[in-house]
Parts: sequence; C-alpha cells; structure tokens
Amino acid sequence: MDVSSMQATATTRQEPLLSIKGLKTHFATRAGVVKAVDGVDIELGRGEILGLVGESGSGKSITGFSILGLIDPPGRIVDGSIEYDGLDLVSMGEEPRRQLRGNDIAMIFQDPSMTLNPVLRIDTQLIETVQAHAEVSTAEARQRARDALVQVGIPSPDERLKAYPYELSGGMRQRIAIAIALINKPKLIIADEPTTALDVSIQGQIIYEVKQLCRKTGTALIWITHDLAVVAGLADRISVMYAGRIVETGITADVIERPLHPYTQGLIDSVPSHSTRGRRLHQIKGMTPSLLNLPQGCAFRDRCERATPECLVAPEPTLLPGGKSVRCWNPAL
Amino acid sequence: MPVFIINRLFQALGVILVMSVLVFVGLYLIGDPTSMLVSPEATEIERQALRKALGLDQSIWVQYLTFLENAVQGDFGRSFLTGQPALQLIIERMPATVELVIVAMTFSVLVGVPLGILAGLRPKAPSSKAIMTGSILGFSLPNFWIGLMLIMLFAVYLGVLPASARGETVSVGPVALSILTVDGWQHLALPALTLGLAKAALMIRVTRAATREVLPMDYIKFARAKGLRPSRILNVHLLKNILIPIITVAGLEFGQAIAFAVVTESVFSWPGMGKLLIDSIITLDRPVVVAYLIMMVFFLVILNLVVDILYMAIDPSAREKVRD
Repeated sequence: MDVSSMQATATTRQEPLLSIKGLKTHFATRAGVVKAVDGVDIELGRGEILGLVGESGSGKSITGFSILGLIDPPGRIVDGSIEYDGLDLVSMGEEPRRQLRGNDIAMIFQDPSMTLNPVLRIDTQLIETVQAHAEVSTAEARQRARDALVQVGIPSPDERLKAYPYELSGGMRQRIAIAIALINKPKLIIADEPTTALDVSIQGQIIYEVKQLCRKTGTALIWITHDLAVVAGLADRISVMYAGRIVETGITADVIERPLHPYTQGLIDSVPSHSTRGRRLHQIKGMTPSLLNLPQGCAFRDRCERATPECLVAPEPTLLPGGKSVRCWNPAL
Repeated sequence: MPVFIINRLFQALGVILVMSVLVFVGLYLIGDPTSMLVSPEATEIERQALRKALGLDQSIWVQYLTFLENAVQGDFGRSFLTGQPALQLIIERMPATVELVIVAMTFSVLVGVPLGILAGLRPKAPSSKAIMTGSILGFSLPNFWIGLMLIMLFAVYLGVLPASARGETVSVGPVALSILTVDGWQHLALPALTLGLAKAALMIRVTRAATREVLPMDYIKFARAKGLRPSRILNVHLLKNILIPIITVAGLEFGQAIAFAVVTESVFSWPGMGKLLIDSIITLDRPVVVAYLIMMVFFLVILNLVVDILYMAIDPSAREKVRD
C-alpha cells in the first residue's frame, strides 16, 4: 500500500504518533538469549519530547534501533508491536521501511566521530539524504543542505559543505549529524545519547538548540540518555528503563520530584547537585545484572532496599492518575 | 606534493646504490662468469684474454666504480653473453611481461573484489563459504601446477587455446603489443589466468576482510538510518572505504608480478623479463642482472608513488598529511 495515503488517513484520527506495546528484542548468542529489550511500552504524541533514561545495557539504544528497524542478526524483534502514525513498523517490508527512515523518522547517534563517513564530503552526505527520499535536482538538494546547516547554527555553511569530517570538531560533526536528521523534516527524531561524547559547554548548547528546533517544527523527539540531569530541562515526559523494561513513566517534573520506583529514586539521589555538596554521592548498591541471567521476578530486586517476597514475581506496569505508570510492587506512593 | 615526489626519488637512489653493491658482491662470490662463456677446452691464456676484455681482471671495487661511472651516464654495460646493451635486452622483453601482468591483475581485481564483497556481506551463506574455500585453493595450489592443469584442459583435451609463446603482435611506436590481436589474446589467456587466479584469491580475502571491518561501523548504520538505498550504501559508503586496503595489496601484487612472473613465464615459454632474469642468473650475466634489478627498483618506487597518489584521491585525510 502507498505509504503517504496511509499516513493521510492516519492523521485524521486522534492517535499518538508512536505507540510501542510489549516490545521484546532478543539476541540469540552462543551464551544464550540476551533479552536486551523485554517488554517496553512507549506512547508518544506529536511534537512531544520523551526522555528515555537508563544505565548502559538497559536496552534504551536497542529500543531506538528497533523503532527504525535497524536490528541486525542475531538480534530480532520477537514480540510486541510498534505503531507509527497508523503503520505497523514490525511487519512492514524493508523498502517501505527504508522510505520512512531518514524521512519520517530520523536518528542521531552517540559518537559524532564515527557517524559521518570519513571519505565523503559533508555536502555529499547531506545531499544523498535528500535524494534518497525525493526526486529533486542536486542543485535543489544542495540548497536544502545549506539551509539545514544554517538551521543548526553552523557558521560559514558554504565552506563546511566542502569539508571532510576529519576537518571538523566533534561538536561541529554532531551539528551536521543533527542537520542530516532534520533535513527531510521528520515527524520523529530518535537521539541516542548525542551529547555524551561532547564537551559540557557544547552539550548544553546542543540540547538547547535541539529543543528549540523540535518545538519550532513540531517534531517529536525521543532523547535517549543515561544522565537524568540532561533530560530534566528538555523532556515533557520521562521513561526510566532498567534491564530491558520500562520501570517508570511520567511527566518530567513528577518523576524527578516524586519518583515512584526505587531505581528512579536511586538515580535521582546519584545526581550531583548543590544540595549534596561536600557529602558523598549516593550510589545504587550492587551491579547491573547480566542480561543473560536476569534474577527471577523483578530485575531490580537484588539491589532494592524495599524488596519484599512479592518481588519474586515480575510486576506488571500499574497505571496511575496523571499519566503515570510504574512497574513495582512497593512504589513510593 | 613535488617535495614528496623528490623525496621518494632520492630514497629510490639510496636503495639502488645499496642493492647494486649487494648484487655485485653476490654474483662475484658465486663464481667466475668466464667459465660459462668459454669452451671447457679453452686454454688459460684464452680465459685471461676474455677476462681482460670484460674487465673482470680488475678488483671488484674497481669494477663496481667503473660500472657506477657508466651507469650515471645511462650505460648499464653489455651482456657478457650476447654483447648487446643490457638495458636494451630488458626493454625489448618488457612489453610482454607488462601486458601479461596487467591482464592478470585486471582479471584478479574484477573477479576478486565483487566475490570478496559478497563473501563479506553474508559470511554465513553457503555461497560465501564456497567462495572462501575456492580462494584457499586459489592461493595454496602452486602456480606452475595451475598452469600445467590449464594447459592440459584447454590446450590438450579441448584444444581451444595455444599452450605456449606469445601471439601475433602489433607495433605501437617502439612497443610490440599482443593485446590488439585475436591471436594475441588467445595466447595470453592461459598465462594470464594462471597468474591471475592466485591474485584473485588474495583479492577475495583482502576485500572480504575489509568489508567485514567496515560493515559494523557506525557510519554504515547511520547511512541506513538516513534511509539510503542499499545499492548506494554498498557502492559508495562501503566501496570507498574498502578501496584503501584493496589498492595497497593490488599495488604490491602488481609490482611482485612484474618483477617475478618467472614461473608462469617459464611454464608458458612467455618471452618476458622473468625468463631473461633467470637465464642471466644461471649464466652469471652480471650486467643484465644488475640492470634488471635497478629497473625493477625504479619501477617499484614509481608504483608505490602511484599507489600513494591513489590513496590521496580516496582518503581525504591522507592529502592533509602530505601537505604538511
């Protein structure tokens, strides 16, 4: 079926832009099945900004790649649904999915020194993104490329277009990656820790600018990060991920001021802030469990101060008023 | 850039000096060329006369310095055996070898690179495993054996291709080429295949390894995330990045083949330079051996220069290094 006509009918209904239900992405390795994503539910409205927070290995990046259909063997989406604008992304064929990627749904990667092809000029890498999705002349695509660089605040864009990635700084490269993501005016951008590899000052600038751009263009954004402080000022809502599952979702202010899940509380207590100056930083006890060998029941059970015998059975998400949701037997209500 | 080229040529000069000393001393130690040149019944007086005529009565260092003095003026001496200028002998044989090697290398790249990419893209597919097994055979079977088997098959059983010698040639200026005639191609086919199969096997392995290295890179995943068509990712994003190791190996192999295509040339009685070198070493024909090796050093230096310039065309950061 034609993708654009399906979208046209979808937009007439009042539906979320993205709706993920019970997503499970597993990797069959020699050592066993790695359940990188094991039951993730996400709902995202048009133009909404969601912070997806979790530590390394919690499955947040794999969730992002699952949306784009960029999971490579031995990885596979084994269960669940991803619905984008009325389209089922999991069962969709490769060609219609390619047409969505970079056009409707774009992604920004973590390490800007690795995402741009080292042997291609910046203009080539921007122009090809336009021409992969629209039949426009190279001159027209180049004009759009230039506009995209201006949009992300790159000085002297004409010079930058002729440069190779190695000639640019990390912050500049990440701006170019953001320009590539924005160039086809997507409805959704997935940003996978895009500021982790950058200086703190550049980090702040980029977060601010991405937020402004998304607000201006009405683009929805999923900002994946391990750093709660980063999304505090950026996201409308926050989802906290632990060991392949979303343990808590809510409005940003709610989650930060009144965390329900003991893991979220632990994360917030670990953020260095003025109130804890001079005191030892809080640490969540224990280690992230191996995804190959998760504890039975709640995966956070072993590290949790509020664990009870009930926790031997995995809790299901509990919906609470105010759009909150928590996956815990003993939430701090 | 010009500084870079001049540097390279000076380096070449140094290599040539060292190498010529080694070859001189080496051949001097191996034996007396006059014993190969005169009949066993010749008297000692005849031998002495020959030695004097060839300048072999002088001490090795005097001989060497005389050689250097002449070489600087472009005279690399005359063959002890035929009396022809050594350089002329080599240059006459050169087109045959160069032609053979160019055809063989073109074959190996055209066959090896696509197969290597295929094997690298899907390493677990049966077709990829077949390609890799074939490549192991390709470079572990000895060259002369492959040559003999091809002769057996195509020349003896099927009788479709000639087994030896060079075909009809056409003169282009001073150079005689056989790739311009049908007969020439028929004669070229088997030796080029013999030389090219092992090289193709190597190209498969190099290309596969490079493909496997580039594919997991973030920039390939990012290219997919941009929604590029698979053909664009393959032909531009992958290919441009794997070209660097491919060109390195192809360049080395090309030089290697030009300088030492001797086995293939012997099997097919191909009148190239390799055959000349072996004959000259056997007869201790020092001027030809020395001139040949000097030519080869020059050639390899030029080849490396070409490879470096190709790097710069592909890898933008290599350009920067040269500019500094």
